[in-house]
Amino acid sequence: MSAAAAVSSTVRVDALTRRFDSFVAVDAISFEIRAGEIWGFLGPNGAGKSTTIRMLCGVLAPTSGSAEVLGYDVGRDPEDVKLRIGYMPQGSSLWDDLSVEEHLRFYCGMFDIYGPGEKRAVDRWMERLDLKKRRSQLAGTLSGGYRKRLALACTLLHDPKMIFLDEPTSGVDPLSRREFWDIIVGLAEEGTTVLVTTHYLDEAEHCNELALIYGGKIIARGTPENLKHAPGGGETIEIVSEHNVAILDAVESLPFVRSAGLYGSALHITVAHKEDAAQLKAAVSRLGISIASLEPVTPSLEDVFADLVRTP
Amino acid sequence: MNWRRVWTIAVKEYTQFFRDHRTVISTMLMPLIQVLLYGYLSSDVKHQPTIVWDLSRTAESQQLLDAFTNSAYFDIRYRAHSMSDVVRHIDDDQALAGIVIPPDYAKLLHEKKSPEVMVGVDASDATAAQAALAAAGAVGSSVTQQLQIQQLKLEGAAPSGIGVDVRARAWYNPGLRQEVFIVPGVLALVLQFTMTFLSMSTIVRERELGTLEQLIVSPIRSSELMIGKMVPLVTIGYINVTMILLVAVFWFGVPVVGSVLLLYFTVLVFFFATLGLGTLVSTIAKTYIQAVQLIQLFLLPSMLLSGFIFPVDAMPKLMQVLSYFVPLTYFLTIVRGIIIKGIGVDYLWPQILMLLALGLAVFTTAVLRFQKRID
Repeated sequence: MSAAAAVSSTVRVDALTRRFDSFVAVDAISFEIRAGEIWGFLGPNGAGKSTTIRMLCGVLAPTSGSAEVLGYDVGRDPEDVKLRIGYMPQGSSLWDDLSVEEHLRFYCGMFDIYGPGEKRAVDRWMERLDLKKRRSQLAGTLSGGYRKRLALACTLLHDPKMIFLDEPTSGVDPLSRREFWDIIVGLAEEGTTVLVTTHYLDEAEHCNELALIYGGKIIARGTPENLKHAPGGGETIEIVSEHNVAILDAVESLPFVRSAGLYGSALHITVAHKEDAAQLKAAVSRLGISIASLEPVTPSLEDVFADLVRTP
Repeated sequence: MNWRRVWTIAVKEYTQFFRDHRTVISTMLMPLIQVLLYGYLSSDVKHQPTIVWDLSRTAESQQLLDAFTNSAYFDIRYRAHSMSDVVRHIDDDQALAGIVIPPDYAKLLHEKKSPEVMVGVDASDATAAQAALAAAGAVGSSVTQQLQIQQLKLEGAAPSGIGVDVRARAWYNPGLRQEVFIVPGVLALVLQFTMTFLSMSTIVRERELGTLEQLIVSPIRSSELMIGKMVPLVTIGYINVTMILLVAVFWFGVPVVGSVLLLYFTVLVFFFATLGLGTLVSTIAKTYIQAVQLIQLFLLPSMLLSGFIFPVDAMPKLMQVLSYFVPLTYFLTIVRGIIIKGIGVDYLWPQILMLLALGLAVFTTAVLRFQKRID
């Protein structure tokens, strides 16, 4: 990544808003994405992630506010944006009755790639995404992981400077998910800017920059590391016990507990201040429930997220 | 307009169409089934099963019955022995008509009196009944005329030449064959159905699949996408036209009197309107089921209003006005004009222009509504 590319913004969003009748799906959000960055958009279903992406891709017109992608205004010049980006929508974007190669050739046609250039692009991405062996297989018969690879290949044929991936790993097995992220990280290293949405919080660790969206608003942002340490100076305490649920029920309503939730086989409780940790410890011991361990931990993104959502 | 992109879309549509064997078979078979059904079912108001109660049992009464048989509208299948016999056969649909000849039929004729012959027709099927009643009337008057001439000859007088000779001729379809009228209509009807349905489903299906969103975010323009999708449908439409014409000519012996070239050109104008209609529906409906219902809402009334079954001129004024907004109305006139009457552009230009205008209006609305943005 060159120094010049590092400072220029690929995406500039200012007070972008989208309403559907009276429902505000995206509520005046603003952010910037620098070139070559993997920018993660986190949030539960219905938080406004897909709506934002659709606006940035020029598919959906903003109600108000503005957004610039690769220097083009999405409201004014959606066609210029579309020529230069790749968009992988959530859910299926493939025709079950067309083969892998037919898909790739089709999208070459859409982006005016033909002749030797077409063959080169098709071969290159089939090779890179490990689709060569399945070139004549119908998309309908591909496994979830390969469907996603094909969908990604379709968005990369014209060498876009920026790609939008909406839930690229939903419905994919864990191994394929990891392989898929290796591909995404590789693309970013070559200079492609990536905006990716996910609700798998573990995947968010791959991102340079994260934004948490909830109810159409960005409620937190930063690097994964920053986000984990930032929230209000509180502390996350992990309790391991055989009676997690009973403890959860008892501590949830305590005034100094900001959020509490099950995390794997443990219980994560975030308290407002470091000093409250002792109080929590006392409260738990008063319950008379045997516990295996109780100690402060670095919060996971899930803790951060739960914390942010509960304290608006 | 980037024709390379249009072609890419068309190639994809062709590939998908021919890969889906069920759709191929149904789109190719449906027109054949329709034209065969309409062709056969429409032709048979003749040879209606008839029951006869002949109380006269004379050469004269037999002569009368022969006249009925020769008209080809009556097929004498049953002999009754009582009035209740006649009624029962008509009641349980074994016979459509009953003929009762009085015992004094021959006697009255010899006395130069007019015997009364009863013909009863089951009119619950109005079309068949009308044909049978008209035929019975004609049989009556021709037999009367013959008897009068016979009588005059018997009396030694030469029959006078006086009398109005109304020479009614059926033009264009001298045999008055129903199928000659119906089969060209079926051509129009089938095309309307296939074209609206296919164009609607090719777009709605992509929307339901989620692939439309991927197309919308590619640089293709909506007009390129639409034309690319319509090109294969026009091919399918022309295959259908050709199949129906072949069946019409070689199976039903319906002659194509006019210019086949003109027919193929006007078909294209009709495609324009029907493909536009299907696309328009696809922009209104959210799901496939909704789209199918919307299309039916248009297809059935358009069939009834167009003159396919009931002549437009005989409709109440309001219905006539409505029929002017149905592309099928104009296309039926054009198709029947070319195939049956053999007339050309010099007569049909108003219909062709109206069809073009309607098509243009529908198609433009469809393109405008089919925006690339999905909100």
